[in-house]
Amino acid sequence: MRYLTDRKRAQGLGASGRGTQHHWQMMVSSILLCILIPLFVFTFGMGLGGTHEEVIAYFGRPFPAIVTALTLIVGVSHVMHEAQEAIEDYMDGTSGKLAYIAVSAFSYTLIVAGLFALVKLAL
Amino acid sequence: MVQLTLPKNSRITTGKTWPKPEGAKNVRKFQIYRWNPDDGKNPRVDTYFLDMDKCGPMVLDALIKIKNEIDPTLTFRRSCREGICGSCAMNIDGINTLACIYGLDEVKGDVKIYPLPHMPVVKDLIPDLTHFYAQHASIMPWLETKTNRPAKEWKQSIEDRKKLDGLYECVMCASCSTACPSYWWNGDRYLGPAALLHAYRWIIDSRDEATGERLDDLEDPFKLYRCHTIMNCAKTCPKGLNPAKAIAEIKKMMVERAV
Repeated sequence: MRYLTDRKRAQGLGASGRGTQHHWQMMVSSILLCILIPLFVFTFGMGLGGTHEEVIAYFGRPFPAIVTALTLIVGVSHVMHEAQEAIEDYMDGTSGKLAYIAVSAFSYTLIVAGLFALVKLAL
Repeated sequence: MVQLTLPKNSRITTGKTWPKPEGAKNVRKFQIYRWNPDDGKNPRVDTYFLDMDKCGPMVLDALIKIKNEIDPTLTFRRSCREGICGSCAMNIDGINTLACIYGLDEVKGDVKIYPLPHMPVVKDLIPDLTHFYAQHASIMPWLETKTNRPAKEWKQSIEDRKKLDGLYECVMCASCSTACPSYWWNGDRYLGPAALLHAYRWIIDSRDEATGERLDDLEDPFKLYRCHTIMNCAKTCPKGLNPAKAIAEIKKMMVERAV
């Protein structure tokens, strides 16, 4: 039991001085995804149904490759930040921090693996 | 970790069913949450029956009638009985609202009354609002000025005064904050819709000279940014206010000064 005043309990450790950057970042990535997702669906759809050589040739072209790479980077990092938000919402303490790290590690691995696959296809 | 089930000693049991009023033709059933910290028992839901021909039109009228005529141990807060003091906020028919301005005709079927959700209960329908009030105090709900006090008064244009409409009317009943899932999970750190609406009321006040400091105090992932625009606050507010909009305006101001 700690004898803290109600006001001290409410103020806690005070404001951390961050939050707006994350909020703005999510706004920006949301707007980017509004453009990127339809573009990705369109370009990915165009590449479907071909032979292995045709698909490799298709992703060797700059436009489909760049759209796919951008969607991968912006999309996965957007989902990562939302997942971190959800972890902050529902988990606290050590388990929350571990989940936060796991989500970050998984997301960055996904981005790098995706880019590697894309580079292999394109080159 | 968020707790999704009630602890054993908080599980609600079936309570006492009080007899129906004799000779009454227009009877209505009330199911009311009861908990007494002194008897060591789990919370229960008691059932009461009222003769609606002899009862006032509001939920608070029914509660007062039950307390006066059936069960004097029923405990709840009330004062102004006209939606100004905010004392009688409770969960009626699944909605957080003020019992004094919520009509019994608005409830279909049995009337189910619980205390405001996700708050420690003091007794029966009385939640412990200590932390809620401390959070309100933490946003400095008063005019902060640095300029010397004018001889007569702090002047404000009609346009600037109008910006306070939809904000100053808040009666701090806590209906909005206790309807907010973010406040349920993180109420210890998230200020909640009511405190943030009040914060915006002082941020937007043209006479206040601590705008920057007020925004600094809110620049935090938990204090402000736990709001996910769920909008339960605006839906439930018994005064028809929109705390979610006030929070969005604070976020816009934060972005404006940062980007």
